[in-house]
Amino acid sequence: MPDFLLNALLAGLALAVVAGPLGSFVVWRRMAYFGDTLSHSALLGVALGLLLGVSPTLAVTVGCVLLAVLLVALQQQRLLASDTLLGILAHSTLSLGLVTLSFMRDVRVDLMGYLFGDLLAVSSEDLAWIIGGSALVLTLLVVLWRPLLAITVHEELARVEGLPVATIRLALMLLIAVVIAVAMKIVGVLLITSLLIIPAAAARRHARSPEQMAIGASLLGMLAVCAGLSLSWYQDTPAGPSIVVGAAVFFLCSALLPRFRSSPASATR
Amino acid sequence: MSELLASLENINVHFSGQTVLENAALRVKSGEIVTLIGPNGAGKTTLVRAVLGLLKPQSGNVWRKTDLRIGYMPQKLQVDASMPLSVERFLRLVPGVARTGALDALAQVGAERVIDSPLQGISGGELQRVLLARALLRQPELLVLDEPVQGVDFAGQAELYQLITRLRDQYGCGVLMVSHDLHLVMNTTDQVICLNRHVCCSGHPEQVSNDPAFVELFGQGVRNLAIYHHHHDHTHDLHGSVQRPPVQSDDCKDCKHA
Repeated sequence: MPDFLLNALLAGLALAVVAGPLGSFVVWRRMAYFGDTLSHSALLGVALGLLLGVSPTLAVTVGCVLLAVLLVALQQQRLLASDTLLGILAHSTLSLGLVTLSFMRDVRVDLMGYLFGDLLAVSSEDLAWIIGGSALVLTLLVVLWRPLLAITVHEELARVEGLPVATIRLALMLLIAVVIAVAMKIVGVLLITSLLIIPAAAARRHARSPEQMAIGASLLGMLAVCAGLSLSWYQDTPAGPSIVVGAAVFFLCSALLPRFRSSPASATR
Repeated sequence: MSELLASLENINVHFSGQTVLENAALRVKSGEIVTLIGPNGAGKTTLVRAVLGLLKPQSGNVWRKTDLRIGYMPQKLQVDASMPLSVERFLRLVPGVARTGALDALAQVGAERVIDSPLQGISGGELQRVLLARALLRQPELLVLDEPVQGVDFAGQAELYQLITRLRDQYGCGVLMVSHDLHLVMNTTDQVICLNRHVCCSGHPEQVSNDPAFVELFGQGVRNLAIYHHHHDHTHDLHGSVQRPPVQSDDCKDCKHA
């Protein structure tokens, strides 16, 4: 296997492992649009990183974190609904990023690479960042697992029971920000959220506990990476979108397959 | 020996210029059931949130016993359908709880059979019991129940109130609950606090129900206390629409103010 393909495979698998549990929280907490907003803003992070001469990965992480904090502050004003705020921030940061990039004529930027990912161009250095970032996020997710579940079920109950809810919620946002920075290279800013939510959604129907859903989502994500890369290798399709197509096919299969075990109607109330 | 668990004095809360609570006060002792009643928007939940420490009043004293263990039963629990969560797993989100512990707590509230059901698939009455079981798992000194019988049918409501009384007797914990209807909690509560932004009146319902002073305390509603509904703020016409009396209830002429 050529080096670039091995790098791509390892990077994709590392991301898929961590996207499973994190994506499950995005689904449970209805944060899909939030994730989308953060990832759209990643391009602005890239532009600012190039402008200030710092690593784009670092700039994107910091940018996402700042945006997350700004969003929380705006939400507390309660003047506009969350989805309106998210829509404003998502598209204005994306546009601001594109405009900023266009000013830097002496810098050649592979815009398509940032928008849709450039997995086959992952270098060994990129790979180290991706594996390191994924390992960090996965470790924190394991440590924070129970508190995260508790605040997802009922925030006030968790607060009465003594959990530092605001801190945990912020931690989850930071984890999402880090994963977006990591995933940008793999599937691009426009497709990151799909890698978080599609495997988790596909795993939902056959899971009977939060843990089963998280692990199932990781496995499905890894399968999607393998399937997408194979398609890309044999048919010369773009790698990032191919992975997303793979995940979508698995979601479709999951929706059509009968459930593994019959459990009492869980989605009805 | 009953011990003071929580005491709130002169609580004032405003939300964007609107007065929600004005000089409200509340005391709960161990082994005592205190019921907050009052119309919608009276600030019952706000006062409960102040007790729980979820809300900081603009002014007033909130005192809680040091390291008070609170078992809280929220008014609503809505877990997204996308989360596969069984009742057992929900109860075991309380640290250090094993399956046997979860089962014991469910047995206390008479809901063992739902232990393996998905949390989103059980009935409203079962969910209330599961929430109560979860509150018990904290081995609480104070149980705080925000409308514990919401969404439960009439027979089930009386049963739940009896259950709460039994749990109080068994654990000796204090209970603070919010209710809409006094007549259902009459036999089970030790103290009633009637709230309409301020404390309109408070007292021991059983002792004082025959006391002439009670008439003065509770106002016009006392004579038919057995079918007590809130006469403080408004009446309903045949179509259920709210009719406000000409005199604003803030004056609360019938009440004795603290």
